[in-house]
Amino acid sequence: MSTETPTSAIGDVEGVSLYDVDHPAPVIEPPRKRTGKTPKGSRTNFEMYAWLFMRLSGIVLVVLVIGHLLIQLVLDGGVSKIGFAFVAGRWASPFWQVWDLAMLWLAMLHGANGLRTVINDYAERDNTRFWLKMLLYTATVFTVLLGTLVIFTFDPNIR
Amino acid sequence: MATPTLDKTDKAEAGFADSPYITATFRIRRFNPEVSDEAQWQDFEILIDPKERVLDALHKIKWELDGTLTFRRSCAHGICGSDAMRINGKNRLACKTLIKDINPEKPITIEAIKGLTVLKDLVVDMDPFFQAYRDVMPFLITKGNEPTRERLQSPEDRERFDDTTKCILCAACTSSCPVFWNDGQYFGPAAIVNAHRFIFDSRDEGGEQRLEILNDRDGVWRCRTTFNCTDACPRGIEVTKAIQEVKRALITRRF
Repeated sequence: MSTETPTSAIGDVEGVSLYDVDHPAPVIEPPRKRTGKTPKGSRTNFEMYAWLFMRLSGIVLVVLVIGHLLIQLVLDGGVSKIGFAFVAGRWASPFWQVWDLAMLWLAMLHGANGLRTVINDYAERDNTRFWLKMLLYTATVFTVLLGTLVIFTFDPNIR
Repeated sequence: MATPTLDKTDKAEAGFADSPYITATFRIRRFNPEVSDEAQWQDFEILIDPKERVLDALHKIKWELDGTLTFRRSCAHGICGSDAMRINGKNRLACKTLIKDINPEKPITIEAIKGLTVLKDLVVDMDPFFQAYRDVMPFLITKGNEPTRERLQSPEDRERFDDTTKCILCAACTSSCPVFWNDGQYFGPAAIVNAHRFIFDSRDEGGEQRLEILNDRDGVWRCRTTFNCTDACPRGIEVTKAIQEVKRALITRRF
């Protein structure tokens, strides 16, 4: 060995290991492992309702979204017909207002709950979890409220 | 007594066409915290009968090539559940896997089961696994006085939970579950299987308590039905089905 490099200083020095019987290397612990101190349950049915909601809203969304895509993109000239007048015409009818409102709420809550489970699955530190979920909930509430406001207060005569 | 040994060496050395022995490479994930903080793959080439089990190969390596190789095994016949490991990327019992069934022409990879702390080579810390098992109260819970005779049960009632009585707690299912890999707070398939064994037992009266525990944030609702557990189970338990039955019981009892 002619020159000392920084890497050799932290690795094995002249074949001597940094670890031995009295100084074993740290083991790699799995994320959030279960111990006797793991808190007991919250005794609510929230997770069950969330699970059921995903199944039921999924079924309804299949109908709503495929119908929406057909009307918007395929039937009657396809995407080229979409304009301010087309939207205004549709929202003049309470049926399409309810359709779009249901789609907005179900899709947003379905997606938000899905992302919530993804965050629960993958965020390892409690702080990361908390802030990711706060960001998610804020974005969800904002989008749902804004969308609802637009559907109900839409003015076709806006200038 | 000497004949088989003589026979064995003859065949091995001569390498006749009818010799049962083949050369197989075992690529084992080694980790020894007393030597290095990093795990690495080590190849062992051994002459072995492909009709033997992976556990026999591990024994051969440990006894004849490298005594530092560390792994768990007790009964060596698929009952004690000590030697679950990840063989060619799939969780199996080394004592129930024949070498001929896992393509010995390519190197056979062997590593510790995932999602638990590796202590040395193939040995993991099973404490979190057994903690989840304890948390579902895997014992008979009854009310009232102890009966003077045995608790009788019809064959149909026994059949209801027959599948989940087969569990040997080897952790092959739990350590194949991607939800458990990422979050050890999840009870995991094995704990749910053992809760299922008592929830659907007609003699047991603690089912409601166990359902309450599994209804929680880290209970059955975290299952993504990926079927990794059913594929991994060396006892052929339909693990995912058992989890689904617990989910169904929760929904039908809550509404």
